[in-house]
Amino acid sequence: MNLQFLMDGLVVGATLALGATGVTLTYANLRFANFAHGEFLSWGAYLTMTLAGLVGGLSGAPLAAQDPFSIGMGLLACALLAAALTGVLALLIDVALFRRLRQRGTAVTAVMASFGVSMALRALLEALYSTSPRYFSEELQIALPLGAGMRATPDQLGVCAVTVLLAAGVALLLARTAVGRQMRAVAENPSLAQVVGIDVAGVIRTTWLLGGALAAVSGVALGLLVQVRPSMGAELLLPLFAAAIVGGIGSVPGAVVGGLVVGIAEAATVRFIGAEWRAAVSFVLLIGVLLLRPTGLFGRRA
Amino acid sequence: MSGSWSGWLAYAASFGVMALIQGVACLGLNLQWGQTGLFNVGVAGFVSVGAYASALLTTAAVEGRLGGCGLPLVVGLIAAMVTAGLLSAAVGAVTLRLRSDYLAIATFGIAVVVDLVARNLTWLTGGPLGISFIPRPFALLADRPLAYAAASFALVALITFAAYTLLERLVASPWGRVLRAIREDERAAASLGKSAAAYRLQAFVLGGALMGLAGALQAHTIGFISPENFAASVTFQVWAMLVVGGTGNNRGVLLGALLVSALWSVTGLAIAAGFPPEQQARAAALRIVLIGLLLSLTILWRPRGLMGERTAVSRHLDADD
Repeated sequence: MNLQFLMDGLVVGATLALGATGVTLTYANLRFANFAHGEFLSWGAYLTMTLAGLVGGLSGAPLAAQDPFSIGMGLLACALLAAALTGVLALLIDVALFRRLRQRGTAVTAVMASFGVSMALRALLEALYSTSPRYFSEELQIALPLGAGMRATPDQLGVCAVTVLLAAGVALLLARTAVGRQMRAVAENPSLAQVVGIDVAGVIRTTWLLGGALAAVSGVALGLLVQVRPSMGAELLLPLFAAAIVGGIGSVPGAVVGGLVVGIAEAATVRFIGAEWRAAVSFVLLIGVLLLRPTGLFGRRA
Repeated sequence: MSGSWSGWLAYAASFGVMALIQGVACLGLNLQWGQTGLFNVGVAGFVSVGAYASALLTTAAVEGRLGGCGLPLVVGLIAAMVTAGLLSAAVGAVTLRLRSDYLAIATFGIAVVVDLVARNLTWLTGGPLGISFIPRPFALLADRPLAYAAASFALVALITFAAYTLLERLVASPWGRVLRAIREDERAAASLGKSAAAYRLQAFVLGGALMGLAGALQAHTIGFISPENFAASVTFQVWAMLVVGGTGNNRGVLLGALLVSALWSVTGLAIAAGFPPEQQARAAALRIVLIGLLLSLTILWRPRGLMGERTAVSRHLDADD
């Protein structure tokens, strides 16, 4: 049997994992499903592209690629800046909207508000950049043989490596640092965390910055491997939720494993059933987990 | 002169038809969210299922597609409600016992799956091309636009009024009181022996059935449906109507439906008049940004909408407000 679908699934899973990490953190710390999270992926990709265009225009030459990848250090720097900007965007939306809903004690309406924000953010991208797809690089990459009949391009392997590094970094941040402990405390019980003197508002700010930045990296990875479109993030929203819930809300390793599970299930569906049903996979996984184990693989009982 | 007047009247009537149809879906959403506190982010999916169910049963037979039974309109409308209701029951049975935003995610997923089925099961749904030649109730009047629009408006207004009256009765009944009790304090309701799960499921199914009815009405008004008619923006518009009009108030819902539809039409006309053709797709996206802003600002500054829920207090108490 050709195992290429496993490799394809791992790559899709790697692009999902960072986005799902952001979903799981905001879900756990802010206690609502943010339907605008997919849009942070799209905004991250478009901001990166705009910054790269600006830098390229100012320096008079497009950003150089770093062999064997199709992008170079210049674009990575733009992506880092775009990730920071996306984090700030998430923070601004929180200040303007979600924070006020929390203060008023009507956090339940936040889900609805986030759905409105998601539509508006996506439509704004369509108005600014039109709906036609864009690409970070026109370069065609040769897939390298990896053994067992599997192949992957250098870009795909690079995305997997970046995901592993960033996910490990976030897991360490949560496990070992003061900020991480505070985040876990807020996720566990916000009122109790407040009582022991944790700056809950600060933790929430960190959560948005981190979630937005990770989403942006995920969006750049997706844009690099597939294409950049205004609806790219919205189409990933269901897979992201599925990954976060399969892994267990609040668990970073869970989000990564969940991303891989969703990615491989999607690739297997494309291989054995038909590419047109790919988008239904997340829903089937989601319902399966909600029926059998609502806390997910690594989640704790609520 | 009289020609242009009848033209405007026909436009107003067909505008009213579309606004009321979305109003029916919004009445369903108000039962789910406004009265019972259940998130449904997949309104478009339930509307779509209703539209397809009725279209399949009422169209004439077509080579290569299932259905085409040529049944009367009434059968189609009832089947639309039953199908959308059954789908709601299935989704509700899985997710209603879990935390509330899992329902939101699951309904969002249902809308994605319904869209996939509509696009890919060509033998059932006609695929991306959709279903055409759906019987329109007043097709005999088709060459007289004003009479056609007026007759359609009368029919849809009658159905909307029936749905509104039914819901007002239900909301005022002991059943509606239990729904609000569960929404406000589930434990207190449970301590009085009310099964929250059962009541929630009933409200969710009835709301979903109304969305299916709205879909069928849309199919029979336009005479044509395709997956494009049931994009996520439908869900978004229906939610905007509910929030702007007044969550929990059925009259507010209908007012919101008229206002948001009017805003949608007026901005649509403005874009058609004010932008060159190649810019219109991008300008149209700004309409969604506008409605999104309207939704967010209403949630922030006027959370009760234009007509908020009337507080229902026992007549044996002194209501001082």
